[in-house]
Amino acid sequence: MTLAIDIPATSGKTERNGVLRFVIRLFREKPLGAAGGVIFILFLLCGIFADVLAPYGMNQISPRNRLMAPSWAYPFGTDNLGRDMLSRCLYGAQISVIIAFTAATLATIISIVIGIITGYLGGKFDLVTQRFVDAWMSFPDLIILLVVVSVLGPGLPQIIGTLGLLLGIAGSRIIRSAVVSVRENMYVHAAQSIGASTGRILWRHILPNIMPPIIVLFTTRVGTVILAESGLSFLGLGVPPPTPTWGGMLSGSGRTFMFQGPWLALAPGLCLTIVVYSTNVFGDALRDLLDPRMRGSR
Amino acid sequence: MTRPLLEVKNLTTRFRTERGTVTAVDGVSFHVDPGETLAIVGESGSGKSVTALSVLRLIPNPPGRIENGEILFDGTDLLKLDDPGIRAVRGNKIAMIFQEPMSSLNPALTVGLQVAEPINVHRGTPWEKAYEAATELIGRVRIGDAASRLGSYPHQYSGGMRQRVMIAMALACAPRLIIADEPTTALDVTVQAQILDLLKEVTRETGSSLILITHDLGVVARYADRVAVMYGGRIVEVAPARELYARPQHPYTSGLMASVPRLDGGGGRRLMPIEGQPPDLASLPPGCSFAPRCRAILDQCRTAKPELLQVADRHAKACFAHV
Repeated sequence: MTLAIDIPATSGKTERNGVLRFVIRLFREKPLGAAGGVIFILFLLCGIFADVLAPYGMNQISPRNRLMAPSWAYPFGTDNLGRDMLSRCLYGAQISVIIAFTAATLATIISIVIGIITGYLGGKFDLVTQRFVDAWMSFPDLIILLVVVSVLGPGLPQIIGTLGLLLGIAGSRIIRSAVVSVRENMYVHAAQSIGASTGRILWRHILPNIMPPIIVLFTTRVGTVILAESGLSFLGLGVPPPTPTWGGMLSGSGRTFMFQGPWLALAPGLCLTIVVYSTNVFGDALRDLLDPRMRGSR
Repeated sequence: MTRPLLEVKNLTTRFRTERGTVTAVDGVSFHVDPGETLAIVGESGSGKSVTALSVLRLIPNPPGRIENGEILFDGTDLLKLDDPGIRAVRGNKIAMIFQEPMSSLNPALTVGLQVAEPINVHRGTPWEKAYEAATELIGRVRIGDAASRLGSYPHQYSGGMRQRVMIAMALACAPRLIIADEPTTALDVTVQAQILDLLKEVTRETGSSLILITHDLGVVARYADRVAVMYGGRIVEVAPARELYARPQHPYTSGLMASVPRLDGGGGRRLMPIEGQPPDLASLPPGCSFAPRCRAILDQCRTAKPELLQVADRHAKACFAHV
């Protein structure tokens, strides 16, 4: 029997356009999520190019222009020392970007490593490890952060490390459950039957299939980290001044001069709200679109 | 007589379940000669798939465990191999084809990468070279326009095409034995024949042996050299395919034959179902598992388990009665 069967030629080039098609789908089906994505990217760019975009230096004092209301020269107004709020918000974005991406990346990697190993190996190892995760998750995050910061002193590395660890361990639960469901798929058994080692199965057969939850976990973690860092800075335990952070601006001059210059609190507060909200809706939209059950439906 | 390629002796596989320990495969012995196609037939829960998975030690543990027996492949006991040892056999010397082509391929990888993977795993061949070999393999399983198909994802393939891909993967390392676990159950009838013909053809080309697990007696008649009939975790009858059809010796086998519709002869003959239910493996009767449904039951059937004994040349059955 020599029967050659043809399937419609849909390969190669169309697959390379997958990302583009996905973006189009995102805009068409989840306009709010797409808007969140755009703001998210804008936030990223602001953070990266803060030095170029900022009209003034972050600590450039101009005592004559203290507490100026928003105007063309100072779109977000100035603070009690005459520093430009727009510039400070942009530099604040920079700090947020640095912390958010390093800590969220660290957290995601920790989640993947713990989640994939416990989820795939299962059994007693899984049971014991997950009880440690339970115990860890039952501590309030802020308490652990406060302890670490008060022992090691405030500073970027401590905050990034602690947040990464905190969120990473908590997030391992999500990755683990994704792995547990993927593990039972026939193609994992098929991979075992061709003699693939455990490492190869995890890397080539499990990891690509849990990318959707990983992407969602990462985007939502970015928002969480920004909030947590602002919370710490608000309490004066975050990145030490004079480095501008959104949380620090809110608690320092923002609170003291709330009535003389409400823009002092409004500017960083709005930045914070918009960015965190947009990462959340963006993450939600990604989750909806990447859900494997919805895959293939157009 | 040549040495059998695979010799399974007294294989026992048990699963621990909430209802107690279930013996899915109970002291099964059989062999496969080089180049031979052995069909293992039986209804759901008869232990045929577990037998196949046990050969490659793919039983998930826990809850499953191979408790006893020897699996001699080319003289080595697969049950005594360490982890890297058994991995070197899987997909290399013994390949497996599963029953669900729709879910046996990884949706996140292109077909080409998956066909190339066994070559990369076992020979350490770099991906580009393995990919070239995959192109050739895809051609051998009669998928047209191989080079461009390799870049497609499994969801762009139909069920029959995917099963062809699975066969290509199984052939990748030129295995001595292919185990096909109900390879056509999930496919359309017309595609079934194509896939089985293809399997038969590629095993003939390569001279590899085939264990064909199925519940379809029509498939057995057409493709198998020898047949092992399983019931309740045991082999109840083994015979060359023609012999089994001409002279079934075990009451279960003859019951099966009588319950299959035939197009040739026997016009107007009524189908004779086997009375009763398939056995519950968690609570098997102390004697022969088939005893409660058997038409030729003797007193000893209720108390003793019959051994698989030779009744004619290359023909064995596990039954006290003479049918």
